[in-house]
Amino acid sequence: MEANHSFVNFSRTSSVKIALVGNPNSGKSTLFNALTGLHQKTGNFPGVTVDKKSGTTRLSSVVTAEFVDLPGTYSLYPKSLDERVTFEVLCNPDNIHHPDITIVVADASNLKRNLFLVSQIIDLKIPVILALNMIDLVEKEGDRIDAVRLSERMGVKVVCISARKKEGINELKQAILQPLPVPQYDFIDVKKFAGDIIDKIKSVITVNSDFAAFQIINNFSTIHYFDTKSIVKEKISALINSSSVDTNKLQSEESVERYRVINRIASECITLKSDIKTETFTHKLDEILTHRIYGYGIFLTILFFIFQTIFFLAKYPMDWIQRLFVIISQWATHTLPAGELTNLLVNGILAGLSGVVVFVPQIALLFAFIAILEDTGYMARVSFIMDKLMRRFGLNGRSVIPLVSGVACAVPAIMSTRTISSWKERIITIMVTPLMSCSARLPVYTLLISMVVPQDKATGFFNYQGLILMSLYLIGFLAAMFAAYVFKIILKAKEKSYFIMELPVYRSPQWKTVGITIIDKVKVFLFEAGKIIVAISVILWFLSSHAPGNRMETIEKKYASVEMTEKVSEKERNAKMSSEKLEASYAGVLGKSIEPVIAPLGFDWKIGIALVTSFAAREVFVGTMATIYSAGNKDNSQTIREKMQNETNPKTGLPVFTLAVSFSLLIFYAFAMQCMSTLAVVYRETKNWKWPTLQFLFMGVLAYVSSFIIYHLLK
Amino acid sequence: MKNEKILKKLSQLKIGESGVIDSFTDKVMSLKLLEMGCTPGEIVTLDKIAPMGDPIAIKVSGYLLSLRKEEASTVLVVMMSKN
Repeated sequence: MEANHSFVNFSRTSSVKIALVGNPNSGKSTLFNALTGLHQKTGNFPGVTVDKKSGTTRLSSVVTAEFVDLPGTYSLYPKSLDERVTFEVLCNPDNIHHPDITIVVADASNLKRNLFLVSQIIDLKIPVILALNMIDLVEKEGDRIDAVRLSERMGVKVVCISARKKEGINELKQAILQPLPVPQYDFIDVKKFAGDIIDKIKSVITVNSDFAAFQIINNFSTIHYFDTKSIVKEKISALINSSSVDTNKLQSEESVERYRVINRIASECITLKSDIKTETFTHKLDEILTHRIYGYGIFLTILFFIFQTIFFLAKYPMDWIQRLFVIISQWATHTLPAGELTNLLVNGILAGLSGVVVFVPQIALLFAFIAILEDTGYMARVSFIMDKLMRRFGLNGRSVIPLVSGVACAVPAIMSTRTISSWKERIITIMVTPLMSCSARLPVYTLLISMVVPQDKATGFFNYQGLILMSLYLIGFLAAMFAAYVFKIILKAKEKSYFIMELPVYRSPQWKTVGITIIDKVKVFLFEAGKIIVAISVILWFLSSHAPGNRMETIEKKYASVEMTEKVSEKERNAKMSSEKLEASYAGVLGKSIEPVIAPLGFDWKIGIALVTSFAAREVFVGTMATIYSAGNKDNSQTIREKMQNETNPKTGLPVFTLAVSFSLLIFYAFAMQCMSTLAVVYRETKNWKWPTLQFLFMGVLAYVSSFIIYHLLK
Repeated sequence: MKNEKILKKLSQLKIGESGVIDSFTDKVMSLKLLEMGCTPGEIVTLDKIAPMGDPIAIKVSGYLLSLRKEEASTVLVVMMSKN
């Protein structure tokens, strides 16, 4: 195995492309943060929704390293979207991210499994630096790893690091500048299993190694990088078909052979203090955290704590953001010349921006908690104890956090479904999460419930308003589970669902990782979903502020003359005018035109307008109601409630907001997809308009049918 | 010697019981397990079972691996005596 090497030397190259690869939980992201600091960029790998993190570091006066953090994987046999990215970057020399050097991060306390991936990359003949992470933990246990020996036997440079303690980072950087061996030998000989088809493939396409050709055979159906070379693709396809290879068998033989060689090397390089190693701390903590009673109890307590914090802490910055936007809007209204453009800026763009930025505190807080739970290793335990229950509904243990997060806001919740590796389970989680009652529904619920049940109505300990509110949350949850079950039956799985997952040892969270996660998620939301949200709010602004013909001008003229004759306050007059304008606007026209459709639910055209404008965000319902009923002061829900309660149907003379209508409306808001931010995020996460469209439709139908039933039952 | 082998499904182990991986009954599943280090000849120990009886967690090659019972039932192990 100690064959002769050729070397590459990057000490005089101005820029070196380096890919960071490693198993999940190997400390790869921590190392990436240590290497690049805050010089990071977040983007997407071309054509897929996988987040790409890249960053640069100066290694010397001449050399700049360009790092790209590839998704964690156990092997070069991709099973998820994330792993496929790593596979394509490493196996396709024409990929724009194909590296000059690969740094493979290996968890030293789990060396054999980590060496599997290392050995595959060696066989692709890419220069490898093996960053042996967490060696300090291994030594603390009394075990020893002979890094020099390991380097000799693997034929690659080995650098011992502790990414958490930032030890060995400089050594690693220096290693990049030194001459690096290009692996010449084959770690294992794949021709032993595949035979002469390897050479035939190599005659059709130029590849660096036998293993690269072997990978083409084994992953042919999922490889995209031949798409532009159709002739080559056909030739390879013909070769594979004619040779009748069993790719499962090849891959299995390869894995067994690799581990055989790795076990030999490991036995030479690792000295274990004792055979029976028990990670005592992790073991003891697991006894409690995965316990059949305490386990769930602790999980519920943690959830409760998280949501209390999100609700109560996020409230303040959200309030500041809204106030800040009010100040900016007022400033703009007063300083800029009055006219259409200012109107567009203030009521369209600024209103849209405010609707985007206001979510930032919730996103930041939620992802802070998620990052901590992931980083400590607890999240894997949550999946472990919840998987069986969730699986019945076509979900996964990993769906729990997104679902529960949906109670705060579906936007960050859907962004957190990335950790679900199975495509089908992830899509189902995305589709049903918005059915969980989010915090934006709360103002609507509060207003409507207060109309149905008086505040002080209670039987003993139970407050009726509270009971109804709780039932609405429960109904949302049940609907989500029911919908998941239906999707489980309809959707066809692209791949088999696995729950083969490492339960990492418990570690204390790293604040830097938490901080970077927050920044990343906020950025993605602001820049990617934000664009769509602002665009839709401009459209909504147009609909509610413009009318066919010159109706608006007529109304303005009418009120201009009213002012002189009647003894009404200016505030009251303006409120009446706004109400009439809204009725005349396109949104009003829309509200009236959908009246026949929503009438069976007990809704009139005024509610129709609120349904249309609620699409910007559900809580807009309250503001729209205030405008329609010209309640004047928007913040005073007391007045809106009274006006709504006094509203009577002009034909029958009976109140509009009966028990039946209010409940029908409550159910409608519980189920309907009235949130453009969520739809924008679903599009961003699935990269296909099919899913947000389907979501909009199925939730709409569910809302309509349920409201219809409720209305007719209570009428 | 070969007649003495008692094969059991990995999913049938009790907590604390160990076995040596012998073979797999599902080709596709075996690929995923192989790359995670569950190779024939490797010793596995059942570490814990989730509260609802599924999934399970096994100790293999020095780390904890969780998998569903359905997945574990495709792994055949040779029982080892407890000590």
